[in-house]
Amino acid sequence: MKILSIDTSNAPLAIALVEDDQLVAETTLNVTKNHSVFLMPVIEQLMKMASWTPAELNRIVVAKGPGSYTGVRIAVTTAKTLASTLKIELVGVSSLAVMAKDPAELTNLPVIAIFNARRNTVFTGGYQMEQGKLVSFIEDAHMELSELIEKINEKQQPVLIVGDILPEFKNQFETNSKFITLGNEQSSFPSAFQLGLMGAKINPVSDIDSFVPDYLRITEAEMNWQKSHPGELKKSYVREV
Amino acid sequence: MENRKLILSFETSCDETSIAVIENGDTILSNIVATQIDSHQRFGGVVPEVASRHHIEQITHCLNEALETAKVDYNDLSAVAVTYGPGLVGSLLIGVTAAKAVAFAHDLPLVPINHMAGHIYAARFVDQFKYPQMALLVSGGHTEIVYIESEYDFKVLGETRDDAAGEAYDKIGRVLGVNYPAGKTIDEWAHEGHDTFNFPRAMEKDDNYDFSFSGLKSSFINTVHNAEQREEKLDTKDLAASFQQSVIDVLASKTERALADYPVKQLVLAGGVAANQGLRDRIEKDLNQKFSNVQLLMAPLKLCGDNAAMIGAAGQVAFDHKKRTDMSLNAVPGLSF
Ligand SMILES: [Zn+2]
Repeated sequence: MKILSIDTSNAPLAIALVEDDQLVAETTLNVTKNHSVFLMPVIEQLMKMASWTPAELNRIVVAKGPGSYTGVRIAVTTAKTLASTLKIELVGVSSLAVMAKDPAELTNLPVIAIFNARRNTVFTGGYQMEQGKLVSFIEDAHMELSELIEKINEKQQPVLIVGDILPEFKNQFETNSKFITLGNEQSSFPSAFQLGLMGAKINPVSDIDSFVPDYLRITEAEMNWQKSHPGELKKSYVREV
Repeated sequence: MENRKLILSFETSCDETSIAVIENGDTILSNIVATQIDSHQRFGGVVPEVASRHHIEQITHCLNEALETAKVDYNDLSAVAVTYGPGLVGSLLIGVTAAKAVAFAHDLPLVPINHMAGHIYAARFVDQFKYPQMALLVSGGHTEIVYIESEYDFKVLGETRDDAAGEAYDKIGRVLGVNYPAGKTIDEWAHEGHDTFNFPRAMEKDDNYDFSFSGLKSSFINTVHNAEQREEKLDTKDLAASFQQSVIDVLASKTERALADYPVKQLVLAGGVAANQGLRDRIEKDLNQKFSNVQLLMAPLKLCGDNAAMIGAAGQVAFDHKKRTDMSLNAVPGLSF
């Protein structure tokens, strides 16, 4: 099975071609300012070097968020359009799981991945290896950093934290918990190869059209509207004309 | 069937997700438009992050429906055309990203289209284009007079210095309690009222082709607020008629000036506000009286708003002119001609 895996959830851009659990080609860019400009040319180039044609692809695996809204949308739009237009399978994987996989395998510690969500909040999820499989122990969510630290302290277990470990986050982790080990920079990059491997084992989505990013946070405009219009939320706001 | 030229086109610059299949640049095989208007009405205007989220919900569904409705497959297509600006960056990106994926997947040429060129080509479904040509583009985001000396050679003669005409409609609509977008309601009210307030016609006499609507907007709002303070009730129909008359006078006088200075064979009236009946009537009357040798091409009402059919019509011509882009195409929110 030929898999193309894509992660542009945050600043790095990670793309891999994976065939039968073997890495064929992989690119990670950490200089990208604009995923829209780089994503497709890198896919095009990797495919060319691997002598793969689009029609040969069997499955697209995408990191579906959380992360930067624009970054996640570029990956998900590319993935769902490729899958739809080539009539092939599509798999979405949590961007936090992608970040956690490598360190969880290497250290055997429960790993908590965090993405900075501003105002001292994070997108976060906890993952650990169980019988060779990555399983979630803290569900992906958007929360205050203090809430995450509370959850960690409740578990009373050492954990490894990877991802956006900002200086101010580092400070709060170190002062408020004795269970935390902070990951180094190398453990804070997404691996598109790991993403491809994970995606190979997950059932594809049944409806590509309705596949959307996991933002884990509604927009501010909608939040305010819902507060002032309780119970009025409709199922759909888009209609064909 | 052999000389069939088919363009698959994408348009997501604002709050409509639209995908079309256009044959030979002038025939609509499909034109799927999914509008988000019900969503943004909650907020009184388009919220960019919400718009972008809706586009991604719709994009592949619209794509499949466009192909199914047109009864064509990817290997029938000549090229993919996509709006890459101007517009909201987060909205543009969904169309650009999807169009690139389709072009890559099926090894099709990718043709980048300026949204404003697209609006002009909505009139291509009415008749063939003749040059030189003038276009008056009026929409929620833009107010421009464009001179087209020869095919696909656009030159902006004049544009708005502040608010677009459609924007001004929405802003005064809010003052009158009209739901976004306000254009249609104000147009209807205007027909039932009279120009009694005589609002300013900004820059009408200036020796250029530029527009300004912020002075009109302020004058309108001040008039309403002053009346409120005096606890006086103004006739909303007359307010609407006076506002619309000022907008139309300015648009028409600037267009006349451009037509007098640049003789053309055709005048294209296009863009969301080109659906305004008052404007259509006035431009038609002006041409009949003063420029009877200029053919008026009004974009069909259904194609005045944003849609991919117009992008496909422009796309065919751009394709014939060898306009191409590669996989690094990005959205350009501030794109101009
Ligand atoms: Zn438009």
